[in-house]
Amino acid sequence: MSAVINSETKKVLTEPLVKNNPITLQVLGICSALAVTSQMSTSLIMAIALTSVTACSSAAISAIRNHIPSSIRIIVQMTIIASLVIVVDQVLKAFVYDISKQLSVFVGLIITNCIVMGRAEAYAMKNPPMASFIDGIGNGLGYSLILVIVAFFRELLGSGKLLGVEIFSLVKDGGWYEPNGLMLLPPSAFFLIGLIIWVFRQWKPEQVEHPDFQIMDISHGEGGHH
Amino acid sequence: MSNGIKEKLKNCKQYQKFDAYKEKVLAMTNDSLEKTVAVALAVCFVCAILVSLAAVALRPMQVENKALDMKKNILDVAGLLNEGTDINQAFADQIEEKLVDIATGDYVDDIDAAAYDQRKAAKDPAQNIRLTRDQDIASIKVKAKIAKVYLVKKDNQIESIILPVHGYGLWSTMYGFLALQADGQTVKSINFYDQAETPGLGGEVVNPNWRALWAGKKVYGESGEVELALVKGVVDTAKSGAEYKVDGLAGATLTSLGVSNLIQYWMSAEGFKSYLDKIKSNG
Repeated sequence: MSAVINSETKKVLTEPLVKNNPITLQVLGICSALAVTSQMSTSLIMAIALTSVTACSSAAISAIRNHIPSSIRIIVQMTIIASLVIVVDQVLKAFVYDISKQLSVFVGLIITNCIVMGRAEAYAMKNPPMASFIDGIGNGLGYSLILVIVAFFRELLGSGKLLGVEIFSLVKDGGWYEPNGLMLLPPSAFFLIGLIIWVFRQWKPEQVEHPDFQIMDISHGEGGHH
Repeated sequence: MSNGIKEKLKNCKQYQKFDAYKEKVLAMTNDSLEKTVAVALAVCFVCAILVSLAAVALRPMQVENKALDMKKNILDVAGLLNEGTDINQAFADQIEEKLVDIATGDYVDDIDAAAYDQRKAAKDPAQNIRLTRDQDIASIKVKAKIAKVYLVKKDNQIESIILPVHGYGLWSTMYGFLALQADGQTVKSINFYDQAETPGLGGEVVNPNWRALWAGKKVYGESGEVELALVKGVVDTAKSGAEYKVDGLAGATLTSLGVSNLIQYWMSAEGFKSYLDKIKSNG
């Protein structure tokens, strides 16, 4: 029995990392992935914040899932998620004030992050609290993984630093590295996420989406009345 | 919960009623009206308690962080912020907080300067002045009668005067500090600690490179009028009057205008002119 639970837990926890990653496969939560990834420190805090909100909200929603009237389902989920986000925001303001200032509105915007809501609807409404909690952590980690990879390249190439520690000495300080200004701007995250999706889909070809329409060979087509 | 409290609760009539009602609601079908209302109320109740607990419990730490951030900004504009300085210590050692009556320019000594909050006072009808439209060039609507200024002294001589300034930009009221040298005429530095202008355009008011352009600029022209302002584009240093002009922010005409306006307002007789005049005549 416990072996079954363990393998199930492991699956729920690790699947969202690559196989069913919320950003690269489900393409959710892109907007904050663009906004907060210019530095590793802000991305890490954002990743922790989102993971804890997803896990706790999934657990809470799952705990009352059998008593949520379907007519007010979404608003009950939103209320729980929003309350947790406010709590996280307050905690950040109390303990990491500088970073919370940089994250500004993006902590509040976790409320609208599709990953949180998506997991509540898709998983927590049908599964027990503990499994939902772990599913929340797994999806949070999947988001975190992409955030950290993107932030790693953006901070390293954009300012020659990692977590604020100088790695490449910059030309303006008498070093050799000319920073890539594009990396400091949000669009660079699009390129990086695109590249990550490409790498993931090369590695796991089953992730490649089937085209919505198949272009038919004209000689076999049905429109061939002359 | 300890067993003693549990026992007491069980004996309490209201609790028994509540418990019975809880069982009844849990047994109802999910889509009945009563259950919908009960669940909605219960969720709101629990969430409200959670949020208020967090807000109340963490408030003291947040207030402290805000105060520390303010001190950091003041040290920064005074040029006293170095990597690794203990902010509270440096602030206590080097900065003197003073209250100034804006209208007369005299110091106010009978109010505790450390506890005075100018931004709060500006909202209090007993402590503020409502501005007429002609006066209100910085679009701030009200100003506190008493302002909190910060002095940096060396051997009892004023080294720099740090004045709180604020005014409306494009989206937000920008709050900042302007540091002047002891002559009340030469700018040392400026910074904005609270603004919400467009990131990358107007938000560049916090850019250290742009802020560095302010050092050495002069506030008052020969006739005593405020001349300091931003210009469109880059200041031509060859032309006369360049010492009164600072480069405008590229792509942020309205934020630049807002900065010019707030300087114009706070350096005029409406703002700190009488105070600065008094400092000049004393020193």
